[in-house]
Amino acid sequence: MTARPLPKFTDDVLLSVQHLSTEFRTDDGVVPAVDDVTFDIRRGEVFAVVGESGSGKSVTAMSILGLVPSPPGQITGGQIMWKGHDLVQASPAEMRAIRGKEIAMIFQDPMSALNPVHTIGEQIGEVTRIHEGLRKGAARTRAIDVLSMVGIPQPERRVDDYPHEFSGGMRQRAMIAMAIACEPDLLIADEPTTALDVTVQAQVLDVLLEIKDRINSAIMLITHDLGVVAGTADRVMVMYAGTSVEFGTVDELFYHSRHPYTLGLLASLPRLDDDSRTRLVPIPGQPPSLLRRPPGCPFHPRCAYAQTPSPCATDAPVMRLVDHLDHRSSCHFAEQLVARPEHSR
Amino acid sequence: MRDAIDPRLEDAEGSPFPEQTDPTQRVEQNRDLAFEGGAFGLGETLIAAPSGAAMRTDVWRRFRRNKLAMLGLAVIVLLVLAALFAPLIARYDPYQLSSELRKPPSSEHWFGTDTVGRDLFARLVYGARVSLSVGISAALIATVVGVIMGALAGFYGGWIDAVIMRVTDILLAFPYIVLAIAIISVIGRGQSTVILVLGLLGWLAIARVLRSSFLQIKQMEYIEAARATGASNMRIMFRHMLPNAIQPVIVYSTLFVGAAVLSEAALSFLGIGIQEPTPAWGLMVNQGRKFLTSAPHLLIFPGAAIFLMVLAFLFVGDGLRDALDPKLK
Repeated sequence: MTARPLPKFTDDVLLSVQHLSTEFRTDDGVVPAVDDVTFDIRRGEVFAVVGESGSGKSVTAMSILGLVPSPPGQITGGQIMWKGHDLVQASPAEMRAIRGKEIAMIFQDPMSALNPVHTIGEQIGEVTRIHEGLRKGAARTRAIDVLSMVGIPQPERRVDDYPHEFSGGMRQRAMIAMAIACEPDLLIADEPTTALDVTVQAQVLDVLLEIKDRINSAIMLITHDLGVVAGTADRVMVMYAGTSVEFGTVDELFYHSRHPYTLGLLASLPRLDDDSRTRLVPIPGQPPSLLRRPPGCPFHPRCAYAQTPSPCATDAPVMRLVDHLDHRSSCHFAEQLVARPEHSR
Repeated sequence: MRDAIDPRLEDAEGSPFPEQTDPTQRVEQNRDLAFEGGAFGLGETLIAAPSGAAMRTDVWRRFRRNKLAMLGLAVIVLLVLAALFAPLIARYDPYQLSSELRKPPSSEHWFGTDTVGRDLFARLVYGARVSLSVGISAALIATVVGVIMGALAGFYGGWIDAVIMRVTDILLAFPYIVLAIAIISVIGRGQSTVILVLGLLGWLAIARVLRSSFLQIKQMEYIEAARATGASNMRIMFRHMLPNAIQPVIVYSTLFVGAAVLSEAALSFLGIGIQEPTPAWGLMVNQGRKFLTSAPHLLIFPGAAIFLMVLAFLFVGDGLRDALDPKLK
């Protein structure tokens, strides 16, 4: 096995999400977008949330920021503990003071997440003007500083450019600059590289990781790209159909996964170091509609390990410790699964 | 073999991530979007000057290409100059009576005299002041009220939206002349009443235009991004959304100046607008209609003045719409 360095994170818990549930009430019924999700993020770490679209990873992030559109969305249970306060109970004004200042967000599509009518500098500076009361000139100076931090060449000149004058990768850097302008403790990055060229993706991730260490914050990295996770994350939570199914360090998940869904994801991932002619193994079927989530384990209709008769189709599995450290899985048969991710099936 | 080297989940069969397109395609789309400048009036400024001036120069360049709009602008500039420098242009006092009644145009009185012997040219020039100030003030009131109402309705939705939209429905369904008469009978006649009435009727359409833009822009990711920076509702509404939504409002406000001039003339013609002896064009048309055969100049000149001013604002409004929308070539 590989000798990845031990994760650099500390035990200093920054954010603790306990039994979070977020629902959307639609005309067709109640959609449990996030269902009883528990995790914590520690200072300095990169915490990845992995899952297909609709698995609830973005809604989890929006719940933390208090940006779930309401109506129809609503946090229906749980706690989001941040520096001793429960963000679920926080007032709108308290949330505004935290957003951008203590918890900042980097959006997926830098084209649409920058306002086309304001210059890059104005948009970066605005964060500091809101939270630190900086004047126009000081805000612009700060904008130049953070632009150079994220590696924009000639920041004194580019600060007055409009978003359309930036390339995709530069826009994403500008988004990062906006997010770090107030040196937040937690950066939530929602698919930060998905909209970018593959060649630019790595650069942007490098910038993100470097900045994280520079300002000593943590990153919650939302992605569907296991390649990104392998390269950047310390710990991973895998989400499926609004629930978290597996939880652990990158090594534990990639090499000792204890959940069939994670194993399925890994098996469908092409590997450059694999010269055998094995075919990629897709996960059969489609992710379920959250309106009609299967009873029992939501993954059982697609699961190669599901057994009948078994608890899979009837009993909701319990997330529990399955291995050393805090490797947790919510598979009924987690203890029996001995992972062979190298295209074992 | 599609993209087998790209280590992504989506490349598995049945693409479990339907929303994700091939990343290179995404970049292509973005590039197209950037090129087009979207609906943001940025147009072909992709490689243009590095400042906010770029956008305005670009709009001006497209506007300048529109001959009718430029003609309209020239007429408006002329009328504004005439209104500003009326005392220098007119040789007569517009209020000065004389015994020369309904005289046809001559070298003495270029446009002739009216029914009580006042110089018609002087009254037309001074009348431009009245028409312009009524038109522009009414448009300003309509725009300010309309923007606030439309922004509130579009931004907050829910019961605020419902109340504002029902109010506009009711007011739109009211015949505006009847409404004008009702208001005027309460607060009295005069120029400021006309401005008020027209302004209070004009905001309806502006509010609706802005509301629908707001409903669209509210969904944009950059609004969510602004929220994520901790921006307040007011800041999001007026700093982030309004600049993106204001273009149709600018066009409508310009067109509305013309409409307000016309309505002022109509109200004055009906005798419930501006009162004698103020030189208002609509009032002059009203006086002239009785002498259509004997002294047609009494009708023709003020009628033509109204026509010219309204048309000028319509041309400019249309030109602005085209110039602000880069998709219309």
